[in-house]
Amino acid sequence: MKYQSQKVAKLYFIAAIGLFVGQILFGLIIGAQYVWGDFLFPEIPFNVARMVHTNLLIVWLLFGFMGAAYYLVPEEAETDLVAPWLATLMFWIFLAAGAATILGYLLVPYSTLAELTKNDLLPTMGREFLEQPTITKLGIVVVALAFLANIGLTILKGRKTVINLVLLMGLTGLAVFFLFAFFNPVNIVWDKYYWWWVVHLWVEGVWELILGSILAFILIKTTGVDREVIEKWLYVIIAMTLITGIVGTGHHYYWIGTPEFWQWWGSIFSAMEPIPFFMMTVFAFNMVNKRRRNHPNKAAVLWALGTAVMAFLGAGVWGFLHTLAPVNYYTHGTQITAAHGHMAFYGAYVMIVLAIISYAMPLLRGREAANSNKSQVLEMWGFWLMTISIVFITLFLTAAGILQVYLQRFSDNPMPFMVVQEKVELFYVLRELTGFVFLAGLIVYIASFFVGSKEPEATVEGEVVATT
Amino acid sequence: MAQAFTKAMARNIFYGGTAFFFLLFLALTFQTHQVVPERDNHEAINEVVALGKKVWEENDCIGCHTLLGEGAYFAPELGNVYKRFGSTDAIKAFIASRPKDGVPGRRSMPQFNLSDEELTAVAEFLKYVSGINASNWPPSPQG
Repeated sequence: MKYQSQKVAKLYFIAAIGLFVGQILFGLIIGAQYVWGDFLFPEIPFNVARMVHTNLLIVWLLFGFMGAAYYLVPEEAETDLVAPWLATLMFWIFLAAGAATILGYLLVPYSTLAELTKNDLLPTMGREFLEQPTITKLGIVVVALAFLANIGLTILKGRKTVINLVLLMGLTGLAVFFLFAFFNPVNIVWDKYYWWWVVHLWVEGVWELILGSILAFILIKTTGVDREVIEKWLYVIIAMTLITGIVGTGHHYYWIGTPEFWQWWGSIFSAMEPIPFFMMTVFAFNMVNKRRRNHPNKAAVLWALGTAVMAFLGAGVWGFLHTLAPVNYYTHGTQITAAHGHMAFYGAYVMIVLAIISYAMPLLRGREAANSNKSQVLEMWGFWLMTISIVFITLFLTAAGILQVYLQRFSDNPMPFMVVQEKVELFYVLRELTGFVFLAGLIVYIASFFVGSKEPEATVEGEVVATT
Repeated sequence: MAQAFTKAMARNIFYGGTAFFFLLFLALTFQTHQVVPERDNHEAINEVVALGKKVWEENDCIGCHTLLGEGAYFAPELGNVYKRFGSTDAIKAFIASRPKDGVPGRRSMPQFNLSDEELTAVAEFLKYVSGINASNWPPSPQG
């Protein structure tokens, strides 16, 4: 850590991990409700627990992105943050707003929450992932503006690197496209059309710029490969991301009342969306192979390689599986979608946040470069337990989805939804059991922050000779 | 040949490609606005349907159900429920009859205690959605 103001990132990272735990616990609750339909009913109905599960995910990833920005922007710009106090203030505002919103979901019926927060004045609630009361959404805008001003002015003041510019573009895009959350016409076709401008243009658009720039930063730091090489890769990857991903939005416009030309545009462009993810995998492995030095933080390198592989599998491969219109006709809105969602979010966004935390946290806690060997071994156990769990969760949901498609939509005598759900229950049981392994992995991961912290730092066994 | 493809070229592809394909996306969006009115059943939208959408949203129905395939996958698709049930009365009766404490061992829709006006509105909203031309989706009446 070179600049005092980078320290504010620590708060954001701690909050991110705390909320991650909450997300997983609620994931286990809804997973259990798939097996025992009346579990916690009527106290915590499925829709409430799911809302908590998905909203916590989004909020903790946002904490992670902001923490990453507060950490890496000063280091790249070679200057302190212009307003560290603002970053701290916004942290507490965002945390309080987030906690109040989650408590609102859990403590009162959703319709009461809508009434209490005057949803009538500007109705934005009750749409998937955008369930937050309008007042919370306004709060998110305020926090985002303060955050962007802070890092934007820091970048302006200091050295302008490609990593900082790409990160800033990604974060600005995140804030701009969020504004479509306030557009909610009665006409459900337009509601859905522009809802995707938040959801798709986030996760298959601007968030990939954030992912790319954080990954590039970690690779520069841990491999010592020339910045010019890494920045060129970064440009090519994000170019492919937006060239394919923007029109690729069309793969959500097949069956919602939008014109049928989207079946062509959406299929062709989204079929190319795996390309930038594949390039990211090649990029990460290439840079590590060409490393000019061995970094003692092996865990951070593992997360960086892991996110490159898992993002390709989850977002790229599992996305491609059901993105072509004739396939999507059968798979749209089934457990196939859920399978893809789980591995894509984990691979692309959970892992990149855990990667930057893995790289930065030892430095924020006063280490020279890395945690002790003991701590890193534990962290890597956490990595493998969580990653293997998500692979199996995805496989079980995919199996459930294929059966669901066949029984409910494809066979000669389609069966009702609930009949089919009972027939695929085995896979929900397996998914839930795997969820507990994931939780175990998360506990091990968190333990790695406390174990071995008094032991000496890990060192490299010997410098490698540069291969280029 | 090592520098045949430079960082500046990569940067230009990024900015040029992004600008071009974003403009293409806007053009397709413009074209979408021309075509959608023929497909979106907007003639059916009235004050009752608007209230129905509000009831739909303020009870977070999307947290369990899908609507035209989007939402959660815990409960049946509702974009075609009007066709599956056959009438708004059947939809109203189903929602109104949900047991407060659920069904032992099974998934159950919560009892939302909707007024008759709200029940009518949400049923009319679902009737309106069923009239949208969704390119013959879902593949089966079961959703």
